[in-house]
Amino acid sequence: MARIDVTVDGVRYTDEVEPRTLLVHYLRERLGKVGTPIGCDTSSCGACTVHLDGISVKSCTVLAVQADGGQITTIEGLAPNGELHRMQQAFHDNHALQCGYCTPGMIMAAVDLLRTNPDPTNQEIRDGLEGNLCRCTGYQNIVRAVRAAAATPTGVTG
Amino acid sequence: MIPAPFDYLRPATRAEAIAALRDRGEDAKVLAGGQSLIPLLRLRLAAPTALVDISRIEGLRGVHRAGDTLVIGAATSHDEVLRHPLVTEHCPLLAQAVGTVADPAVRHRGTLGGALAHADPAGDLPAVAVALEAQLVLAGPAGERTVPAGEFFVDYLETVLQQDELLTEIRVPVPGTGWGTHYEKFHRVAQAWAIVGVAALIRRDGDTITDARIGLTNMGPTPVRARAVEQALLGTSVHNGGIAAAAEYAAEGTAPTGDLAAQPDYRRHLARVLTRRAVERAAGTRGTAEPVTAG
Amino acid sequence: MTQTVPTESANGTREIGRARRRKEDARLVTGRTRWTDNITLPGMLHLAFVRSPIAHARITRIDTSPAAGMPGVVGVFTAADLGAEGIGLPCAWQVTPDMKAPQRPPLASQTVHFAGEGVAVVAARTAAEARDAADTVEVDYDPLEPVLDMEAALADGANLVHPELETNRNALWVFDSAGAGSGGNVDHAITAAEADPDSVVIHRRFRQQRLVPAFMEPRSTVVDPTGEQLTMWSATQVPHILKTMTALSLGIPEHKLRVIAPDVGGGFGGKLAVAPEEIVTLLVARKLGKPVKWTETRSECMLTAHHGRDQIQDLTLTAGRDGTVTGLKVDLLADMGAYLGLVTPGVPLLGAFMFNAIYKFPAYRFSCTNVFTTKTLTDAYRGAGRPEATFAIERMMDELAAELGMDPMDVRKKNWIRHEEFPFTTVATLVYDSGNYEAATARAEELFDYPALRREQAERRRSGDPVQLGIGISTYTEMCGLAPSRVLGALAYGAGGWEHASIRMLPTGKVEVVTGSSPHGQGHETAWSQILADQLGVPFEDIEVLHGDTQVSHKGLDTYGSRSLSVGAIAMVKAADKVIEKARRIAAHLLEAAEGDIEFHAGTFSVKGSPDARTTIQEIALAVFAAHDYPEGIEPSLDSDATFDPENFSFPHGTHLCATEVDTETGAVRLRSYVAVDDVGNVVNPLIVEGQVHGGLAQGIAQALYEEAIYDSDGNLVTGTLVDYLLPAAPDLPDFTTERTTTPATSNPLGVKGVGEAGAIASTPAVVNAILDAVRHLGVIDIPMPCSPERVWRALRTARGGTAHTAGGPA
Repeated sequence: MARIDVTVDGVRYTDEVEPRTLLVHYLRERLGKVGTPIGCDTSSCGACTVHLDGISVKSCTVLAVQADGGQITTIEGLAPNGELHRMQQAFHDNHALQCGYCTPGMIMAAVDLLRTNPDPTNQEIRDGLEGNLCRCTGYQNIVRAVRAAAATPTGVTG
Repeated sequence: MIPAPFDYLRPATRAEAIAALRDRGEDAKVLAGGQSLIPLLRLRLAAPTALVDISRIEGLRGVHRAGDTLVIGAATSHDEVLRHPLVTEHCPLLAQAVGTVADPAVRHRGTLGGALAHADPAGDLPAVAVALEAQLVLAGPAGERTVPAGEFFVDYLETVLQQDELLTEIRVPVPGTGWGTHYEKFHRVAQAWAIVGVAALIRRDGDTITDARIGLTNMGPTPVRARAVEQALLGTSVHNGGIAAAAEYAAEGTAPTGDLAAQPDYRRHLARVLTRRAVERAAGTRGTAEPVTAG
Repeated sequence: MTQTVPTESANGTREIGRARRRKEDARLVTGRTRWTDNITLPGMLHLAFVRSPIAHARITRIDTSPAAGMPGVVGVFTAADLGAEGIGLPCAWQVTPDMKAPQRPPLASQTVHFAGEGVAVVAARTAAEARDAADTVEVDYDPLEPVLDMEAALADGANLVHPELETNRNALWVFDSAGAGSGGNVDHAITAAEADPDSVVIHRRFRQQRLVPAFMEPRSTVVDPTGEQLTMWSATQVPHILKTMTALSLGIPEHKLRVIAPDVGGGFGGKLAVAPEEIVTLLVARKLGKPVKWTETRSECMLTAHHGRDQIQDLTLTAGRDGTVTGLKVDLLADMGAYLGLVTPGVPLLGAFMFNAIYKFPAYRFSCTNVFTTKTLTDAYRGAGRPEATFAIERMMDELAAELGMDPMDVRKKNWIRHEEFPFTTVATLVYDSGNYEAATARAEELFDYPALRREQAERRRSGDPVQLGIGISTYTEMCGLAPSRVLGALAYGAGGWEHASIRMLPTGKVEVVTGSSPHGQGHETAWSQILADQLGVPFEDIEVLHGDTQVSHKGLDTYGSRSLSVGAIAMVKAADKVIEKARRIAAHLLEAAEGDIEFHAGTFSVKGSPDARTTIQEIALAVFAAHDYPEGIEPSLDSDATFDPENFSFPHGTHLCATEVDTETGAVRLRSYVAVDDVGNVVNPLIVEGQVHGGLAQGIAQALYEEAIYDSDGNLVTGTLVDYLLPAAPDLPDFTTERTTTPATSNPLGVKGVGEAGAIASTPAVVNAILDAVRHLGVIDIPMPCSPERVWRALRTARGGTAHTAGGPA
């Protein structure tokens, strides 16, 4: 077992974990952060995307021990109590989700995309989300949502 | 899926890491970004008994310039490499090629050293390192040694790295003036590995090609230099079909495999077409926006 | 029952037709989700399966003892340990009286029939411990020959998948218009055409490759055996069917079982199933008396969840030289895989009625041979039978046009049913109630700029541009809204096609509506709220849509076949009518007026001629709750139930146009533009409809270009991860231009059709036709799907006589 000290969605946790514990399993099973789902086992689908120290990572391809000392934000901590982050709002407004399983990862990836490119073109959005698979939407409304979010002032919730 | 159990070691120094690798022997694996290794662990296609996490070792990350050389720490993430001003200014080929690796989240974790040490012939960066004539610095119990990229790759997923050695630095010579570069990647969907890739560095004097270096991705168990093309390009005009004629030699000396993505004859054909395009783009005679990419 | 005319909601605006943002989103965008894998129960154990690495083998030994001693392991079970050897999973569709059906065990005990079949299962404290232990179970196999090729499987002396059936042929199903009286004899048409210099006969063989549904949420099941009822949560499209079938298969009294489909992350037909793992989870939970969870990995999902498509289609089309089709003959081989799932053998039949598509064919014959192989079973995948049929006929119409040197659109126009000819009885005996192919096509051509693209195409051909342009057409219809129970009965399907709904007016005037339809991403909660808001005249926000829990929704037939709106929502409309009628009697009593004088509009009952005498349906709900004053002979409640069984399918149609650029040097294909004009009848929520079209297009395009489940010569799935099985990501798809025409269905009071499958049905042939159109002049007449760059390149090389073309100017 290894000891880790992480801050997840603003709360600090100290835990003993098996080294083989994936970050996503730690989030889901130890912390109950089940808002972050698991979609594959090859780092392909991006459903499990979270932010580690402010940048997007696939939490199924990070060991919990690697995140030791890190700050993690999941979809559950993206916006404070009851509010929606502009990206969450834009996904809702633009019907950028259907079943919603890819949505947490897609939103976390899209937020990170705007961090590095605040005003992306449609093609840049498509390229920037290449690591996240959606089987429902055909991506068009996701692209629309990200563009809409980019056009929204960041305001209180980033 | 969940990996089989293993021990996790997080050395603070290179010496500790090397000692740990020596002590644990064959069943120890270096963990840097983990973007290739962790999926293999999850599928239980690899089951090392110990992982040596080198990501927090001082001095393995970052980019600096030393004379005519860019020095890139092996544990520098792809994302850091492709955004680093020294890289974008002095080695745009590397920035461009790194930008085609996997996806943004993977590039945040995956490292340049890891991609080279993993030595997947379908990976983009081995061929780029070979074309760049990069020097790789390996640290072992007896000290450091430097290996040219062209001699680093031995076979499929195999390099000259010894079990107790660590890749610590990638040293990339900064090209002089007159060079143009391009990495041409051909794959079926955005996430897919390259079926074939071509890294081209072309030096022009007026309309004449005065130097050329071509590295091929996935045209054999290791990255390949397309020497015959390089030779044929020397002294050729960038106009009048000389590039196309030279590119016909692209498959010489290659040994592409047949797999789900492509059969060998198609790979050889692609090598010729993509080499022509890569050279044309590096030479500035063809637009960079490829009209046909998907499919 | 009064004729239902949607009125409007309380605030005076129609909800139907509004682009309402979805109610479902609030939890989905914030991670407050209820996926089955999120469930944790006290004392819950986790399962890991031991699966066969071999396609076909006799099991000679299973030793579970090494696993039994592993840390955290509570039990290791074979079929015998679970008493499961006599259990067979259900197939609900006996397509012919002599259909051959093997027993499908939850765990194999004597023979494995496909790589990935479960042979044992471990229950442990954690999923990791279960996996560790499962890896130590020792199984010895005595390999048998795999059966992989359908034609070889039907040959004399072929190795048999199930020797006890004495054949690999599951069933032969035939439809003949001559026999049905709906058309002529196609063999006569072929003979006549062969003898007639003014006719053509075209033969083609197409392959529908095997696909993986690839819903994003891997399957997961939790069973809680504590309490009086066994409770099963499962990532399923069909909680009601799962409940009834599980009860029947295991001999559990149906009232002792409760099935819940919580949030379900996509299905596309792939979760229309009773899976072995669901049954095993239940058996282990019952045996151990503890809650048990099984959640699959993606690799497990690729390997063992049912696949889709996989047909070989032999087609013969006859036509006059003017382009008028005179006959169509279809001979299919359909790969069942190793077993029969819920509707496996019936999937090709759903296409039997669709090969004639939007056309007036005078003679038609369809025969389908279902074949067993040692592969993962196939079953429903988005469109189920209809994409296969649509692909075949839309490809054939292009082949006909090419043969005759006609514009492919003109060939279609020559043969399609004109709008004034509806209702139209087809050669396959269906009655198409409505449609307007002219209108949808005209709009699509306008949006696409068809003439300009044809001009550009001609210019590129003339100049020998290495990048050639192609235009692909798909004018499709489909039958959906599965379905009229009588029709399903005539096809020997094991259940009906009705749907159920109930409405509960709560004391405060809020409304709960329970639907038997079971969404997994479609947006029922939003669409149902819109419809009911109009029907009852209550605010959209005052309606809660309940579904997916058999304890709440006691009756239903779930979600597949684009049936939710045109069947399920109509049941709700009927239930609303009943509530309104009852409320009308109470209103008459409260307003002291004759019932015949009570008018209902926008949620308010008023007395004819006395506009001040009024009360709302929500006020009546409170009055009924108080029950101080209600008319005699009426029970003090304002609830209703209704079941709707449609008299016909619905028939969405549309015209899709696709422009592709084909790089003749590499074979790479780029979609340049895609226009879809669909007619799905009246639209409840245009946002949701658009989303369904987009998603369907993505899957249909992916079949044309990217996806294929491939088995090697040993019968191993070699595209078993998302690295090898190519799902398109955002950069791999274009922006679509989508519009609609509206020709209401006449078979239901809302005039709605289905939209869930249309995009997937229409788009595949549009793309492949476009690719072929780009290279046909170079001598290419077919490219098997998926049209990978390598396949395109090989087709070009073959057409050019064996030399690959590498020269060419700047692209």
